[in-house]
Amino acid sequence: MFDTAVIIETVVKAVIVVAVIAALAGFATFIERKVLAFMQRRLGPMHVGPYGLLQLAADGIKLFTKEDIIPQNAIKPIFMIAPVIAATTAFVAMAAVPYFPEFTLFGYTIHPIISDINVALLYVMGVASVGIYGPLLAGMSSANKWSLLGAARAVVQMLSFEVVSGLSVLAPIMMIGSLSLIDINDAQTGGIGDWLIWKQPLAFVLFAIAGFMETNRAPFDTVEFEAEIVAGYATEYSGMRWGLFFIGEYANMITISVLVSIIFMGGYNAFWFIPGGLMMLLKVSFWIFLFLWVRAAWPHVRPDQLMWVCWKVLMPLSVVNIVITGFALL
Amino acid sequence: MELKDFKRRDVGSAYIFLKTEATPTDGWQAFKRFVKRTLKGELFVGLWIVLREMIRFDIHTLQYPLEKIEMGPRYRAIHRLLRLFESGSERCIGCGLCEKICISNCIRMDTHVDEKSRKVVSEYSINFGRCIFCGYCAEVCPELAIVHGAEYENAGEQRAHFGLKEDMLTPLDTFKAKQQKEFQGFGALSANADENVKQTPLAY
Repeated sequence: MFDTAVIIETVVKAVIVVAVIAALAGFATFIERKVLAFMQRRLGPMHVGPYGLLQLAADGIKLFTKEDIIPQNAIKPIFMIAPVIAATTAFVAMAAVPYFPEFTLFGYTIHPIISDINVALLYVMGVASVGIYGPLLAGMSSANKWSLLGAARAVVQMLSFEVVSGLSVLAPIMMIGSLSLIDINDAQTGGIGDWLIWKQPLAFVLFAIAGFMETNRAPFDTVEFEAEIVAGYATEYSGMRWGLFFIGEYANMITISVLVSIIFMGGYNAFWFIPGGLMMLLKVSFWIFLFLWVRAAWPHVRPDQLMWVCWKVLMPLSVVNIVITGFALL
Repeated sequence: MELKDFKRRDVGSAYIFLKTEATPTDGWQAFKRFVKRTLKGELFVGLWIVLREMIRFDIHTLQYPLEKIEMGPRYRAIHRLLRLFESGSERCIGCGLCEKICISNCIRMDTHVDEKSRKVVSEYSINFGRCIFCGYCAEVCPELAIVHGAEYENAGEQRAHFGLKEDMLTPLDTFKAKQQKEFQGFGALSANADENVKQTPLAY
């Protein structure tokens, strides 16, 4: 059975992951505002602290001290629990994700993963899909038509991209023969030529597109697109409940970035003279930057275009990819 | 050209038609268009453009309360009453033309005859809540006494915000420090006008 040391270690790791990722999610909002501003030849937040760095603190204070308004006709318990679902599922999904290579601290070997389960990838994708209940319940309980439309779009979008992300990631799994993210990482130890992106370029592109859909990011942000449905499912939310949705979204972005880095881009293997941990940070940073970059550059698609591209283009492509991979493996 | 030439509606070949893509009529053409659009790389052009702007870092933000834009001489903001450069006395001779021409009826002046039997302006006020900054008063002034300044930050607590004579008249210490700027006249170019000359958009 579990001994005390393992329990303590797991709890400490969980607390560290939640604290660091929540802080990073907050910081990512600042980075997003800055990057978008620079790409649009603006300066972004500049007044709070040096180069606007303390904007984070100002936003945090504002979110925490704002009145928690619950609309009159909203279904109160569901309305209150929905943002918690969105944030917790985003963090729970991180339990099976390894971040760095294992290292030794005070003579004690630390695996920077909360739990190395053998169905890690399935678990992460499953929990991340449960996260759709946040927008769904929020939209349905808000007694607001924009919210309801946002919830409907969230479900439509999830049904569409889940098929693509599941099928596209099947081909790498077939090649490696394991769902554990550590095994997937260890299969790419031989430098940049061993990265799965070269063997599965199509799966990589499909999984990346599905990742953008899963995080409701720019070209596929139909769920909360301001110009069409105000703020979508989050229209009626204010203060920290809205903040939880926000943290969940950014935590999801980090999870997707880590997943893409591990599955397709060599994970936390050392590269040339760069140690594995730094390599992982670089890759995740690049992916977060890509999320912001794409948001600055590309227009967004309509929900019907999203479904069209998912069911008629991406899903057939991923099936073809699986068939080709199967034949190649034979 | 006669009038009937201008009234001719059938321009016919005078139109220049843009070469647009033909609408696909069958599935194969639609598929070809889809493949072409997918592989055209337009999305990456968009990515490159925003990245280029980020690297170039040519920021156009003006951090307003700290930095301010320099207003051109044609800008019509809060009025100023100028003094004569030689004597420092007020230029205004109290002719009342500005009061007369003001289309929003917001200028009011009081004059009297002083001990040297000269006409002096004792009160001069502009209701800035009503002024539309049309510039007629400055245009009609025979002495270049009332001109428009560049002071555009004129938010007030009251709807009827009056500018009195002492607010608009160049203060004596400013005048003595030779800080009073002469009004360049209507249609004057700004000091950096040469730098702002650009080719017409079609040329570049």
